[in-house]
Amino acid sequence: MIERKIMVKVSSLNKSFGDLHVLKDVDLQVAEKEVVVLIGSSGSGKSTLLRCLNFLEMKESGSIEIDGVQIEPKSTNLNVFRQNVGMVFQHFNLFPHKTVLENVIEAPVVVKKVPKDQAIAEARVLLEKVGLADKEAVYPNKLSGGQKQRVAIARALAMKPKVMLFDEPTSALDPELVGEVLVTMKDLAAEGMTMIVVTHEMGFAKEAADLVVYMHDGQIVEAGKPMDLFTAPKQERTRSFLQAIL
Amino acid sequence: MSDISNFFSRMLESYPLFFEGLLLTLELTVVAILLGIVGGLVVAFFKLSNSRVLRAIAGVYITLIRGTPLIVQIFFFYFGLSELGISAYWCATIGLALHNSAYIAEIFRGSIQSIDHGQTEAGRSLGMSSLQVMRRIVLPQAFLRALPPLGNQFITCLKDSSLAAFISSSELFNIATAQGARTFEEMTYLLIVAVYYLVLVLIFQGIVHLLERKFSAGEERVKTYDRKKNHGKGQLAQ
Repeated sequence: MIERKIMVKVSSLNKSFGDLHVLKDVDLQVAEKEVVVLIGSSGSGKSTLLRCLNFLEMKESGSIEIDGVQIEPKSTNLNVFRQNVGMVFQHFNLFPHKTVLENVIEAPVVVKKVPKDQAIAEARVLLEKVGLADKEAVYPNKLSGGQKQRVAIARALAMKPKVMLFDEPTSALDPELVGEVLVTMKDLAAEGMTMIVVTHEMGFAKEAADLVVYMHDGQIVEAGKPMDLFTAPKQERTRSFLQAIL
Repeated sequence: MSDISNFFSRMLESYPLFFEGLLLTLELTVVAILLGIVGGLVVAFFKLSNSRVLRAIAGVYITLIRGTPLIVQIFFFYFGLSELGISAYWCATIGLALHNSAYIAEIFRGSIQSIDHGQTEAGRSLGMSSLQVMRRIVLPQAFLRALPPLGNQFITCLKDSSLAAFISSSELFNIATAQGARTFEEMTYLLIVAVYYLVLVLIFQGIVHLLERKFSAGEERVKTYDRKKNHGKGQLAQ
């Protein structure tokens, strides 16, 4: 197999909220085009890890490298850096005062100064891709949860990021709407997007992940290919977690 | 019976005078609220800033203005500013504007804070600066939420503007008291001016109500859709 470029490299990352030590010396490497799924019970630090990667939470110590560049809040322009790292949230966070199309073109036009016509053309391609071409003029409150999340994915993709972060993208959805979002995510993975996904959808992890990472109590307990980790976990804690959820 | 016919005849004959006063009252109110919105936004940003000093300045300002009577403030500006050659009208306008800015600052602070933090995070995650997020994402939503309380503040200001009469600004209330003193029919003219204020307030309440309905159209649409759905189910059950 060819050696792939390392897209995300996290070394001895630490983060606390007050007395609570949420991330303890976390190391993680994600290669280009790789899909990494973070699993673990709530409070294990997986969402915090994700949020540290685009500096929505500030790390305390350790280093974060994206595409070979070390990111430090003091010396890096975070607004420029964040354009490379797309994020999809549990609660979609679409802009309710803007239509679907306006949601998608907002950042390219305002941040990247892309001409509006071009941004609209690109946005239509993305909306087509997530299967919502017919909804561009609609306001978010007229969409189902699954549709909202697909718009949110298109909105993040509009900035042409190098990495996409998904923070429990299907946890707020009705069960029958989970599938459509996962399909969109799988398509994205198949296209070669580098993705880090926090999810409880083990089916998605099995099918789409190159690497599954189990976190517990702020630490990475075990990481491996989905087949290995799900069928033959090496650690006792991983085993009991998997037994509890499967 | 003669009292009532007297009231109406006085009302009719004094109409041109009161109409001028009404225009001045409206002008005072509109200018004071517009200036108050600008000032209120600045004070709200101070209150929400990361700087302790700015927050303290805003806090003291709001406390001083809300903790003292408007009439004291208006006289304060009258005696302070009229010496500089500033007219009674502008003294009253500035007094009302500053007074309203403190209340409007709290309206904006509340409406900005009521916008879900996820909106800011979404904007920041797309590479927008905090200023871009505030201007394009948070403020448009916060303004809509501020609209009903701003409308109420406008109505309060409309009534408060009568205090400008005490520094001889010839708005509605001043005209009423002057007419009353001239004719010794104080009660008649008080009633007349009360009717003017009441009609103005009712008109603006109507406008505020319309604005609320227009700007919450998105939420309304969902509500009506749900109602229709429930209605449909009800019919099916029958």
